[in-house]
Amino acid sequence: MDKDFAARRRRDLIIAAVLAAIAALTPLFVKDVVVQNILILTLMYAGLSQSWNILSGYCGQISLGHALYFGLGAYTTELLFMKFGVLPWFGMLAGGVVSALIAMGLGYPFFRLRGHYFVIATIVIAEIGLLLFHNWEWAGAAMGITIPIRGDSWLKFQFLRTKLPYFYFALALCCLAWFVTWWLEDSKWGFWWRAVKDNPDAAESLGVDVFNSKMGAAAVSAFLVAVGGSFYAQFVSYIDPESVMGFQFSLLMALPAVLGGIGTLWGPVLGAAILIPLTELTRFKFGGSGRGVDLIVYGTLIVLISLALPRGLLSLFARPKKTGVSR
Amino acid sequence: MTALLETRGVWQRFGGLVANSDVSISVGRGEIVGLIGPNGAGKSTLFNLIAGVLPPTQGSILFDGEDVTRLPAAARCQRGVGRTFQVVKSFETMTVIDNVIVGALVRNTVMREARRKAHEVLEFTGLAARADVLASDLVPAEKRRLEVARALATEPKLLLLDEVLTGLTPTEAQTGVALVRKVRDAGITVLMVEHVMEIVMPLVDRAIVLDLGKVLVEGKPADVVRDPKVIKAYLGDRHAVGA
Repeated sequence: MDKDFAARRRRDLIIAAVLAAIAALTPLFVKDVVVQNILILTLMYAGLSQSWNILSGYCGQISLGHALYFGLGAYTTELLFMKFGVLPWFGMLAGGVVSALIAMGLGYPFFRLRGHYFVIATIVIAEIGLLLFHNWEWAGAAMGITIPIRGDSWLKFQFLRTKLPYFYFALALCCLAWFVTWWLEDSKWGFWWRAVKDNPDAAESLGVDVFNSKMGAAAVSAFLVAVGGSFYAQFVSYIDPESVMGFQFSLLMALPAVLGGIGTLWGPVLGAAILIPLTELTRFKFGGSGRGVDLIVYGTLIVLISLALPRGLLSLFARPKKTGVSR
Repeated sequence: MTALLETRGVWQRFGGLVANSDVSISVGRGEIVGLIGPNGAGKSTLFNLIAGVLPPTQGSILFDGEDVTRLPAAARCQRGVGRTFQVVKSFETMTVIDNVIVGALVRNTVMREARRKAHEVLEFTGLAARADVLASDLVPAEKRRLEVARALATEPKLLLLDEVLTGLTPTEAQTGVALVRKVRDAGITVLMVEHVMEIVMPLVDRAIVLDLGKVLVEGKPADVVRDPKVIKAYLGDRHAVGA
């Protein structure tokens, strides 16, 4: 049994390595900038959703306010760069740390809430963050911040003529989030998180520190999402509150995981691989003058998938379970 | 030798309702003690106070010579109190082995050791064949056993069993009784809440009867079942007169 388990873990790692290698080679064949753009976004959302999945999928604390951490990552990086000349690479780390600290600060009161009340709190807090940045003059308020582009530079992580560095960064972020999940899945934290999700009272009786489990999950999750936010800010080189902290980001982090299989290792990647290209393609095909047709098509597809596979797309690949009743 | 568990003058009030009043009991090392009483006697409340779900309104609880009155459940688990739940609380989306690993992680920080410990406990409780099944797919009797297995994985000194034998078929109950004996033989003290007298009485070394939140009688099972006060509490005055 233990051998089975170890073999499964190793198999996951090998599949991930192969997929990452294939992904790394795609720019050799895909020269179209529009498609490259879709690939970058897909990888980014896969990484974000994977990070969201740590707190909401594994630990079961459903957050619809992760846009806050995404935006904090973006703003921390750009404010440090514009006001103090700190390179984005350091800004990225700073953004992660700031977000993790704020996630824990918010978790302190809000992890006492259970179920729907917690979800509502996350939405409200993210909206408050959005309003604060809307009115914060020093941070550019509603006007936002435009990052001056002065040619390609790895140091400043900005590129005008090529999208490839962004592509590889998004790929690295996605791999990092996946690997962190893989690693934590078979650790004390991973087990604690799943126990807390399934039954906090029982977890408590088995010596699980329920509150700190949630805090840990929130910190890891917020850190990784903030790194994603920093990346996005560099990628689009212009940020304003709506474009990095809007509610749609919270949804776009949650949806791939939910669609692919919440609380699973592969769910977010699978969900993002289908959902994000779909978002972009429906916008491309049905968007434009009609306005809204793309969203109807997109929404219908999500509803259909959810109806057919309520446990997520990943359940398509699930091995038949041993469910026979024995006595 | 001091008792493993002792409650001293424990009171629990819920608003105007007094669930436990001045309850002082003690459980010695290596004993199987039955906590019995009619519905609403305050058994579950006392049980939850001992497990650390909530602190008592008044009084103190000593475990292994230490005052644990104010300690939360997780801290008591670390000190060696294991428990099951009357309404089973399995981790439904996790497999049987993973459920037990959560318990084993209290004393084993290395995953490999926790996993080995969990397998050991599954062997001990007779669930080994079901290790890779999801907890949600177990039949009720197996879920009860999983509760016990999970608690045992925390390597408790005291195991609190909350109606683990209630609602089982006679055969399942016999298997359960055998398991409880096996647990005691492994050196673990057992305090069990039950209200099915005929199952508990042959099993326990000592019985404590609660009624209306107070300790009514305690002693050897054979004496307890004949005690007029106990018969009265369970069946009413008319029967007690006859006894």
